[in-house]
Amino acid sequence: MAVAIVIAALVLFSIAFQLLTPWWLTPLASNWGSIDRALNITMWVCGILFVVLNLFLAYSIWRYRHRPGHRAHYDPESATLERRLTVWTGIGIAALLAPGLIAWKEFVTVPHDAAVVEAVGQQWQWTFRFPGRDGVLGTASSRHISPDNPFGLDPKDPYGRDDLLVESNEVHLPRGQPVKVVLRSKDVLHNFFVPQIRAKMDLVPGTVTYFWFTPTRTGTFEILCAELCGVSHYAMRGSLVVDEEPVFQAWLSEQPTFAQLMAEAGPAPPPVTGGAQQVPANSAN
Amino acid sequence: MTSTTIADDARVMHHPKTWIGKYVWSQDHKVIALQYSVTAIAIGVVALVLSDLMRLQLGFPDAVKFITPSAYLQFLTMHGMIMVVYLLTALLLGGFGNYLIPLMVGARDMVFPFVNMLSYWVYLLAVLVLVASMFAPGGPTGAGWTLYPPQAILEGTPGRHWGIILMLASLAIFVVAFTMGGLNYVTTVLQARARGMTLMRMPCTVWGIFVAAVLGLLAFPALFVAAIMMMLDRGLGTSFFMPSLVSMGQQTSFNGGSPLLFQHLFWFFGHPEVYIVALPAFGIVSDLISTHARKNIFGYRMMIWAIIVIGALSMFVWAHHMYVSGMNPYFGFFFATSTLIIAVPTAIKVYNWLLTLWRGDIHLTVPMLFAIGFIFTFIHGGLSGLFLGNVSVDVPLSDTFFVVGHFHMVMGVSPVLVIFGAIYHWYPKITGRMWNVPLAQIHFWITFLGAYAIFLPMHYLGFLGVPRRYYALGETAFVPASAHLANQAITIAALVVGVAQILFFYNMIWSYFRGPKADPNPWRATTLEWQTPQTPPAHGNWGPKLPVVYRWAYDYSVPGAAEDFIPQTVPPDGVARRPAT
Repeated sequence: MAVAIVIAALVLFSIAFQLLTPWWLTPLASNWGSIDRALNITMWVCGILFVVLNLFLAYSIWRYRHRPGHRAHYDPESATLERRLTVWTGIGIAALLAPGLIAWKEFVTVPHDAAVVEAVGQQWQWTFRFPGRDGVLGTASSRHISPDNPFGLDPKDPYGRDDLLVESNEVHLPRGQPVKVVLRSKDVLHNFFVPQIRAKMDLVPGTVTYFWFTPTRTGTFEILCAELCGVSHYAMRGSLVVDEEPVFQAWLSEQPTFAQLMAEAGPAPPPVTGGAQQVPANSAN
Repeated sequence: MTSTTIADDARVMHHPKTWIGKYVWSQDHKVIALQYSVTAIAIGVVALVLSDLMRLQLGFPDAVKFITPSAYLQFLTMHGMIMVVYLLTALLLGGFGNYLIPLMVGARDMVFPFVNMLSYWVYLLAVLVLVASMFAPGGPTGAGWTLYPPQAILEGTPGRHWGIILMLASLAIFVVAFTMGGLNYVTTVLQARARGMTLMRMPCTVWGIFVAAVLGLLAFPALFVAAIMMMLDRGLGTSFFMPSLVSMGQQTSFNGGSPLLFQHLFWFFGHPEVYIVALPAFGIVSDLISTHARKNIFGYRMMIWAIIVIGALSMFVWAHHMYVSGMNPYFGFFFATSTLIIAVPTAIKVYNWLLTLWRGDIHLTVPMLFAIGFIFTFIHGGLSGLFLGNVSVDVPLSDTFFVVGHFHMVMGVSPVLVIFGAIYHWYPKITGRMWNVPLAQIHFWITFLGAYAIFLPMHYLGFLGVPRRYYALGETAFVPASAHLANQAITIAALVVGVAQILFFYNMIWSYFRGPKADPNPWRATTLEWQTPQTPPAHGNWGPKLPVVYRWAYDYSVPGAAEDFIPQTVPPDGVARRPAT
């Protein structure tokens, strides 16, 4: 008896929680309204099902609680009822899946005019690279990484010489320009996550991953690492500053190119296979 | 002279004569079940304490000095691994599977009693190796329970020297133990059922455990090979999962491996693992609901097919854990579809539990309370799964507290409520004594309401974007101060729920010695385990003759019958009629 009332009360409590919660999606700052829409549809469908099923549960408990002389019905199955429930559930699931897959189609289709920025992760900081005037990121490899070449760019690749290197946790992007974020990790898995952007993706060493979005409002947003990457995972923060185009260009023009940094580092580019020492993988440091 | 079939011949049982043979190196499935259960619950208490320590750090950052970032990650890893593998899997299959399968199908024991015994001792070894990792130099691994390489074996992750090796070794040993147990459960169900016990007369409990055991036999090998390969990467410098990379600014000699390969292997095990835990819970709760509502499980055939279909589909959904892992994003279309299809048979199970209660005669016993609590939390957890399974909706939510809330609700709280319900339900048969009812009711209310208070707000922190596996949130502009209040409230609820488990342990231990003698069939249930000649059942379970089964497991409230239940052993002409009035 009490349990029926409590179940019904929990349903009301959950509805109230949903309506009054101060914790909800952050205000959207990207084009991913389709993700929010799919999420909201899911919330409605699931919310209604949650309420209906649990109120039915509470009502059944109350209505059919044991009383002296009361006896249960003998009711093995009902093919019609079960078939109807299955079909309607299938339809409901399809209705949820469709907006999800439509949003995903958009997610995997990078616009042709998307600009490119590379986010590079390492324990426990972010750096960034823009492709420079030629619009192409130069090739990079972890084997080239050294104190003088922290991005691991191939010094022999002409496409890399004009790449703009941002050796700071802060990156700027222009508002309204679709951007493909190319993700590269030097060491372990990381994840580039800006809650207001919605989209996120892991950085996987040994491969290059990507996702895209269009910043839709200016402001400063925190970049969080969302894939466990070691003891200071929680402190691996960065910031994304979305500017209007002229401000962004002014900021970008202040960033050094790879060629400039190499010139500063020394007259000769470092050899192709590492100025860094090789250590065996299984060494117990 | 009448002939005796081998199955009926109790002389082949080799009754143990010594105390050690009876209680330590026992081959009796019931003793092995208790050994499994006690070990699993003991290590589970460790996991419970670790979760409260994590909550202390999250609710009251830096209040407890010894919870450093490293220790936090180690607690988190050990908590997750213990709960999923060493507690839930071991308790539901090694504990309940062992105890219930032979009794419920009418067998004298598992078909391979010696292998069954070995399974427990190898499991115990796995637990001991796991415990050893906690005391190894550098402590246990802090790689997260998913143990993702490269970080699991690189600098920057606690326990990378010894902890990770012992963790992987322990998992490999566990898989060996599970395989011995799993083969036994599957073979016993297929080969040792009593006369008349057709597959479609078996209780849902046996079906759930049976399909889970099959899943385990298919899924655990993936974990086994992943563990071995990572040990080779760590110990011998191979590069199965390790691409060319730089660790802490130093070049390494790893080259050409794939971190994603590990994730595929891990989740090829990891997703069926969810159902290895869920299906036995589904089966058990079906029987609890049916028995205590005095009504047959509604749509029995549909329920069984749903278990089988869920089991089969669960092998094809693993990459929904990897939507933002950097795998080919086009996989998302397939895995979102297969994942949402699984929701259909799962929803059918929920409907049928509800329809079993409908027009029932609901006795609100403690096992029934836990079953009702399960239905509520499972509806919640199942529905939140629709967010995460639907690939694009998962993107903003993955790796946030929404995920933590979801999986705890669906495969933490829900199965644990079933386990409590099941322990209360079968305790009188297992011990021959009854527990204290008010104490058990208080235990239910605190656990059920407390668990909801813990995990409901987590979903909303996840909507906000609070990431999981963070030692501290620090100053983060998008997180309002009120979120810290939520974290404190969650922590307080978690501490209360944690401490309340003392009620359960006190009740179980006190009742074992002092509880009133239990009726052999206190719930007036139909299934075979309640019809044993002795309570608790003796070695060999059935006395001189094996039971013969005449009906399905759900003849409750049959019209015309005098009693509201007809045990499976009652022949058609043995049913007492209700006098026509």
